[in-house]
Amino acid sequence: MRFLGFIIVCLTGALLLYGTGEFPDWGDPDSPASTHLSNHYIEKAIEETQVPNLVTAVLADYRGFDTMFETAVVFCAGLACFLLLRDFSQKKERFYRHTPTGVILHVKDSKKTLKVGKEFEHMDKDWVPSDLIIKTVCRILIPFIQIYALYVVAHGDFSPGGGFQGGVIFGSSLILLAISYDLKTLVRRVNEKVIGIFAALGVLIYVGIGVICMSMGGNFLDYSKLAPLVPGDPHHIRALGMLGVEIGVGIAVTAAMAIIYINIVSEGRHDEGL
Amino acid sequence: MTDLLPLIVAKYNYWLYVILMMIGLYAMIAKNNLIKKLVGMNIFQTAIILFYVSIGYKTDATIPIIQNAHGGQGAHSAVIHAADYINPLPHVLMLTAIVVSVATFGVAMALAVRIYQRYQTLEEDELRMRLADIGLEE
Repeated sequence: MRFLGFIIVCLTGALLLYGTGEFPDWGDPDSPASTHLSNHYIEKAIEETQVPNLVTAVLADYRGFDTMFETAVVFCAGLACFLLLRDFSQKKERFYRHTPTGVILHVKDSKKTLKVGKEFEHMDKDWVPSDLIIKTVCRILIPFIQIYALYVVAHGDFSPGGGFQGGVIFGSSLILLAISYDLKTLVRRVNEKVIGIFAALGVLIYVGIGVICMSMGGNFLDYSKLAPLVPGDPHHIRALGMLGVEIGVGIAVTAAMAIIYINIVSEGRHDEGL
Repeated sequence: MTDLLPLIVAKYNYWLYVILMMIGLYAMIAKNNLIKKLVGMNIFQTAIILFYVSIGYKTDATIPIIQNAHGGQGAHSAVIHAADYINPLPHVLMLTAIVVSVATFGVAMALAVRIYQRYQTLEEDELRMRLADIGLEE
């Protein structure tokens, strides 16, 4: 099987390398990919959309439909992880820690529960206290990562960035919290229901902006029709519409990242996890 | 052989992507562990992303963000030349492809977790044996 696989891989590679002989050279400005549509994007985008970052302009305006369904794909991935893994069944054995003394209680009867509060806290069998240095460094770092993520979303029209990138950075800050403390800390801070609603809200913002454009008499996602609704210079209305769409994308991606991570590392039980 | 060398130098981006793609494809075909297959799939996707991004490159061009778009010297009056900025379209397509690869990887990991919970293994041959055992019992 290995040998057969190796032969198949070599054949595929040889075929592709043979095909590259007809391909344009590295960095050729007259290559077919860079001659037809992309020239229109580069030369006309600033005139048509007022957005200097061409990638954002193409992503959120010229190819707005594509990006909308892309956001839906991310939402569906979060939903699929939730449906595949989420486990609501109570565990039979539970462990509690008496906070003042550090004594660990092992409850084998599934019906008996201790009240978790100031005196007792939940824990897993294989619970390891987090390191003080890691905790402190991450506690200082996380707010800055989140502010940077918001900057990347908000400034995506003018500099490298956008909804997907900012959403991933924000989601990674949540994951850093889960790694440096434990998963329970993250689940306590961001409720499961809230995060599910946020994932749907992101897609809803995107589709909602498109529907508002339609109700104002334009095409779906034709941001120029939003001008009467937004105070300020109507010149920049397409940039503002793109910003709204990117915020929706950012929210959806952040929530989907958190859902995927929480469900995979704890196998759907939402306890300590990794 | 003397003909081949300039060909490789002029198109080395394609060679790199084909090599990466072969690594990913081999991992997907030959590896026994499901997680290793997933890693192979990710390498494959990375190769495709590199291929597209390299297509968008132009010599002596800068990133696709218009300079001095709002204010600054010669704003708006200056004509924008397509040759000065690299092609933004492959970047957009690959931005969405990266998102899809993250989504597929997340769902694949979730499926792998479910398979492990049920069969206690992620090795393909052991999984086949367990599935055959279940088939005999029924």
